[in-house]
Amino acid sequence: MSVEKTYAEINAKIKSGKAVVVTAEELIALVEEKGLSKAAQEVDVVTTGTFAPMCSSGAFLSFGHTTPRMKMQKVWLNGVPAYSGIAAVDAYLGATEMPDDDPLNSNYPGEFRYGGGHVIHDLVARKPVKLKATGYGTDCYPRRNLETIITLDDINEAVLFNPRNCYQNYNCAVNLTDRTIYTYMGMIKPHLENANFSTSGQLSPLLKDPHFKTIGVGTKIFLGGGIGYVAWNGTQHFPSMMNVDGKELGAAGGTLAVTGDLKQMSPRWLVGTSYLGYGATLSVGIGIPIPILNEEIARYAAMKDEDLYAPIMDYGEAYPSLTPGNLGYVSYADLKSGKIKINGKEVITAPLSSMPRAREIAATLKGWIQRGEFQLTEPVKMLPSPADGFIAHSIKEA
Amino acid sequence: MSPKRIVLRFGTDISVKPIVYRLVKDYDLVVNIVKADVNPQKEGTMILEVIGDQSEAGLNYLRNLGVSVQALNQEIIRNEEKCVMCGACTGICPTGALYMERPSMEVRFDGDQCVFCKLCVKICPMKAMEVRL
Repeated sequence: MSVEKTYAEINAKIKSGKAVVVTAEELIALVEEKGLSKAAQEVDVVTTGTFAPMCSSGAFLSFGHTTPRMKMQKVWLNGVPAYSGIAAVDAYLGATEMPDDDPLNSNYPGEFRYGGGHVIHDLVARKPVKLKATGYGTDCYPRRNLETIITLDDINEAVLFNPRNCYQNYNCAVNLTDRTIYTYMGMIKPHLENANFSTSGQLSPLLKDPHFKTIGVGTKIFLGGGIGYVAWNGTQHFPSMMNVDGKELGAAGGTLAVTGDLKQMSPRWLVGTSYLGYGATLSVGIGIPIPILNEEIARYAAMKDEDLYAPIMDYGEAYPSLTPGNLGYVSYADLKSGKIKINGKEVITAPLSSMPRAREIAATLKGWIQRGEFQLTEPVKMLPSPADGFIAHSIKEA
Repeated sequence: MSPKRIVLRFGTDISVKPIVYRLVKDYDLVVNIVKADVNPQKEGTMILEVIGDQSEAGLNYLRNLGVSVQALNQEIIRNEEKCVMCGACTGICPTGALYMERPSMEVRFDGDQCVFCKLCVKICPMKAMEVRL
């Protein structure tokens, strides 16, 4: 008989220390050993993990008031501008923002050594950060200039809010042109010399729940080393299943918006990151627990690198020009082997997403749940799934 | 006289030329090849110890051919605190000094294979690869 469990039943087991929790990789081994039905009956929770650059990340900061009061119209943190078109002493610091005087790509390829992601990293590492602000002065907020030093503990609120994280799947990037290119997928040499990819494959959270049966608004997660929540679907959330010649190749393009209190996160799991010739960003660690409510959820959670595929995309010409189509599909098992074949040529592969860190996140979350420190939350609203058939639009120019 | 330690880097066109023979024959240098490698993309690297009065002239001969000549007085090190083991460096390291252990996908650095091209220093997203003089 097929198994059916509820969140309440699983949480009761977590509370009493009896829940069976395994990482996504351990589930794969268990299904191979005992079969899917037996594994689905035994296991209550599967933990996943990913650690990779996630550009749509940032933090809302509320600094507290100055004497006299000030309506901060422009704000810089360690020279990096933060968006302050919100209330008086609130700002949003985006991960890819750069200092006003950074050479950017004028000395190509630019280094992008220090941007918004690095400021977030420094804040969460409890380093002092220089705050500069200017204002135009009002009757209630007369002050016009401020330069001081803050730390994460000094300011009132710091909330990580990442509008698009945890990409379900991503392109494997190659370069068909005859010059080296510098992209958000790293340095890609000409003539198909190397290929970069960026998900943790069989450990990746959204690849393990492709139909969004358990991950929804309100799902409690591991975020940046602390606790976070799924706030909404991410921007560019286009979940679909890839099918080629009747074969299902895994999920394509779901994303999550996630949020959590920055003050309880850790610099190990929010790391300032620089892509040569592209920009600065933030590497984010995310782990999501998947409750094994039934056998179907277990089946997807047990998908292996051999079953999960990435589309191969030419970043030399097709990607920048928004040309539809791709160069075929490649499995994560092949990508992780270090070599793939494209158009008959052997191509070296490298990940941008850390597999050892993804594994560490899945293991950490597993420990939290086993020790009863982390209970599961049932989504308060489900997210759009492949069945909803979302389609991406591009900008139409007049 | 103590030998000069140098790193040579060159493209496909040089890989087929007898440059070491020229250093010995035309410039009367004593040459010890410490390491030599031509990768699958046919880019060559060589680490030499060179002794002789005409060593500067010999090195200028190489430079004129388009060979990059660099004194070997630095070391590339990995800052283990900063490295997150993403693996981005493993796809561009020309000699495989930076490589992934499988199936763990942990990044390893074998300094003996390093030819100091410093590509990893430039592209490491975490700035974990450092030059030590």
